[in-house]
Amino acid sequence: MIGYILRRLLAGVVLALLVTLITFLLLSTSFEDVAKTILGQSATPDTIAALLHDKGWDRPVIVQYIDWLGHGLTGDFGNSVYDSQEVAPAVAHRLSVTLSIIIPALIISAVLSTVLGVWAASRGGVVDRIAQIISLIGYIVPNLLLAIGLVWLLAVQLKWLPATGYTPLSENPLGWAKSIVIPVIALVIGSVASMSAQIRGRMIDELSKDYIRTLRTRGVSTMSLVIKHALRNAGGPALTVLGLEFIQMLGGALIIENVFALPGYGSYAFNASLQGDIPLILGITVFGVLLVTVVNLATDLVNGWLNPKARLM
Amino acid sequence: MSKLASSSKEMSAVSDTTAQGGHGPAARTSTFKKLLRDPQFVITASILVLVVLAGIFAGVLSHHGPNDAELSAINAPMGTDGHPLGGDESGRDIFSRLLHSINTAVISALIGAGVAVVVGVVAGLIGGYFGKVTRATTEWIFNLVMTFPGILVLIILMPVTGGDYRATMLVFGVLLSPGIFRIVRNLVLGVKNELYVDAARVSGLGDLRILARHVLFVIRGPIIIQTAFLCGSAIAVQSGLAFLGVGSLSTPSFGAMISSGFRNLYVVPTQFLWPSLSLGVMTACLVLMGNSLRDVLEGGQPRPLKMGAGQRSAQDAATSELAADESALLQVRNLGIAYAAAAGGANEVVRGVNLRVARGKVLGLVGESGSGKSQTAFATLGVLPNAALVTRGSILFDGRELLGLSDAQMRPLRGKEIAYIPQEPMSNLDPSYKVGSQLVEGTRKALGVSKAEAKQRVLALLDRVGIMDPQRTFDSYPHQISGGMAQRVLIAGAVASRPRLLIADEPTTALDVTVQAEILDLLRDLQEELGMAVLIVTHNFGVVADICDDIAVMNKGVIVEQGTAEQIFANPQDEYTKMLLGSILDEDKVREDPPVVAGAAGGAIEGGAA
Repeated sequence: MIGYILRRLLAGVVLALLVTLITFLLLSTSFEDVAKTILGQSATPDTIAALLHDKGWDRPVIVQYIDWLGHGLTGDFGNSVYDSQEVAPAVAHRLSVTLSIIIPALIISAVLSTVLGVWAASRGGVVDRIAQIISLIGYIVPNLLLAIGLVWLLAVQLKWLPATGYTPLSENPLGWAKSIVIPVIALVIGSVASMSAQIRGRMIDELSKDYIRTLRTRGVSTMSLVIKHALRNAGGPALTVLGLEFIQMLGGALIIENVFALPGYGSYAFNASLQGDIPLILGITVFGVLLVTVVNLATDLVNGWLNPKARLM
Repeated sequence: MSKLASSSKEMSAVSDTTAQGGHGPAARTSTFKKLLRDPQFVITASILVLVVLAGIFAGVLSHHGPNDAELSAINAPMGTDGHPLGGDESGRDIFSRLLHSINTAVISALIGAGVAVVVGVVAGLIGGYFGKVTRATTEWIFNLVMTFPGILVLIILMPVTGGDYRATMLVFGVLLSPGIFRIVRNLVLGVKNELYVDAARVSGLGDLRILARHVLFVIRGPIIIQTAFLCGSAIAVQSGLAFLGVGSLSTPSFGAMISSGFRNLYVVPTQFLWPSLSLGVMTACLVLMGNSLRDVLEGGQPRPLKMGAGQRSAQDAATSELAADESALLQVRNLGIAYAAAAGGANEVVRGVNLRVARGKVLGLVGESGSGKSQTAFATLGVLPNAALVTRGSILFDGRELLGLSDAQMRPLRGKEIAYIPQEPMSNLDPSYKVGSQLVEGTRKALGVSKAEAKQRVLALLDRVGIMDPQRTFDSYPHQISGGMAQRVLIAGAVASRPRLLIADEPTTALDVTVQAEILDLLRDLQEELGMAVLIVTHNFGVVADICDDIAVMNKGVIVEQGTAEQIFANPQDEYTKMLLGSILDEDKVREDPPVVAGAAGGAIEGGAA
């Protein structure tokens, strides 16, 4: 078991190496542009060459990568080209802001989707139609419009909540809760639409399986058939969906962060990318890949625990 | 439900193959006609066509360029002369920008969906068609692509793509491709196992031609459906990125317009309204059109019904010309069961069946698969699938009418009075729970005993049904035991509460020949021991000869002949019965009389029961 986890983490590290190498290679084509951006008005061929040399960007790409990697292994991912901030703590801080929105959104979506999906699959009729319509609305309305619509309704018209801004949890828990309500609702609506549909589909499949019928012929109650047996077996695939949803939210949070002026990971990546802040982009990539690896590993571990067949490998 | 869905898929596969045989135009026209009859498709498709046309003729419809700024038009209200929808914060004509944004959206959709389809289909064909290594590699790559947060990747690659929306959509297409890859690979794996591809291979067609001719033909439906959804995603993502300010400011786009309108929300709210409305309508139409396409091309999605509502009966179900027979344990009279037919209306699969199971006797219900035997058995247990409807008749158990009972009313009978042994042992055990806990749950429900007592009972039963190490089997998961063992487990589960009627649906069909004999022997022993009546459903006269007192022969939903086992074997009246008996006689010549072998083998193991 521990061997399995270590193997998976090692695979994650290899993946991080591969992805950062590719990112590095791709970004290396734009070193000159970045230098021009940094220099602005004072950019001449000479100053650009000097800056490239100063940053070490004129060395062969692979040498630069190995150099970066060597520092990275000691936890030093360099400093931002623009404001000289250390990359690792800055990215970690921004990530914590994003996670403080994504995790509540994910938990709420998981609960709502399960309730809605199971309810729709086991009750049918009107309940199912309602679940389908909710899911359809979530699909149809682009996330962007949804977020803006919610700001307009809850903050501008009703004035219940602040429209934009973020209060750290450690500073003021109530202020934090208020500042994340609208972003969380926006994320939840989008993800419940897809997740509840997936759970509904899985539950319909499970409930029509042979073993459900056989258990039923032994007098097992409907409640037990739906919750204990069908949901348990639908749980594994649903969990995989949840893991993917987490990763998608990490990207989808970008637009939300922008609309609500939240200082999160996505908007940080956006600014770094816009400015061509290469050390920052690489740091953001490393954290992203490692987070994705950990989430996938966690999903697989819980899945293995849920599914006796996978447990024995 | 799933059976119906898969059979309709098979039917569409059949129509595909006939389409190739020259009846194609007719089949295609009918699909097209169906689409045209679907108002949701017609409305959404028409709106999309109009929107796309408006984009194409943007230059004709508006004389302003999308980036022409006029000082006089800054925040001009709607209806201003020459600016029907007004001007934006820079004095650009909103109507013109909307029209040109449509083109940006359409190009984004075409690039994004196009790349996703090409990459996904090619990789799916390769991953599905070729060997294990190729499959594992492609799967690994696409799993990887899928686990990357899409928009974030696009953002990080911004310095590389230069923010050009076309380059961005190219990358986004690759990020969208895993969905298509999955669908294509699964379909290819399915098609690969179908006979016609094998036939094509035998007849000497090359791999590439097989892929092109057969596989692409079958996968086109799902791909058309997915393309609609992919276009919607591409447009939404492009708008989102433009909203953030990625890309050239001179590219007119819904996202850029929404962003500008958002800044001006308090000054001129309509600036925000128009691009949002256009974007919303386009993505909504694509999703809704995708849903219509799916319904028409793949048939309706399964609609769940209320669990535990009991099986459905028509209002005037209980009618019968046969008088009730008090001496019988089970009496089925004039039973009809129907499923909704594809063409509308109902298709009766059981058409007026009459059966009688005497107390403590064994009745064999014999017929080919699809004759309605299993449906009759399920109706007796009250576990017909949701899609089934009992159209007529009566099922009397010990003088009590079972049809029309709710699930709650049936539950006390199930397990305790009437028990069931399924055909396929493996799929009838819940894979997530240990064998023991599944048996204990049913036993507790049926008998109302404590957990410890139920466990003792189950262990004793596992021993009784011939399992060598009951405790070990009790603690095993279903996938850890063999098929024969699983069937013994299911028999133990069925007889745990000493039922008065045991319904066994092809209890030996899925098992090895040697195990078949042992299981039959076990059933006969248990039947004598517990004095229970048995309704054994089978297609195999060998099984019937060995164990049954009475025999009913079923064909195409009706009982064609019924009598004692001796009568039927010695003097069959019906042609169909004769045919079935004839086929088993032919088998005997080759296999040296299976029933006798079965008796001998079973006898040796169980200690000479016959």
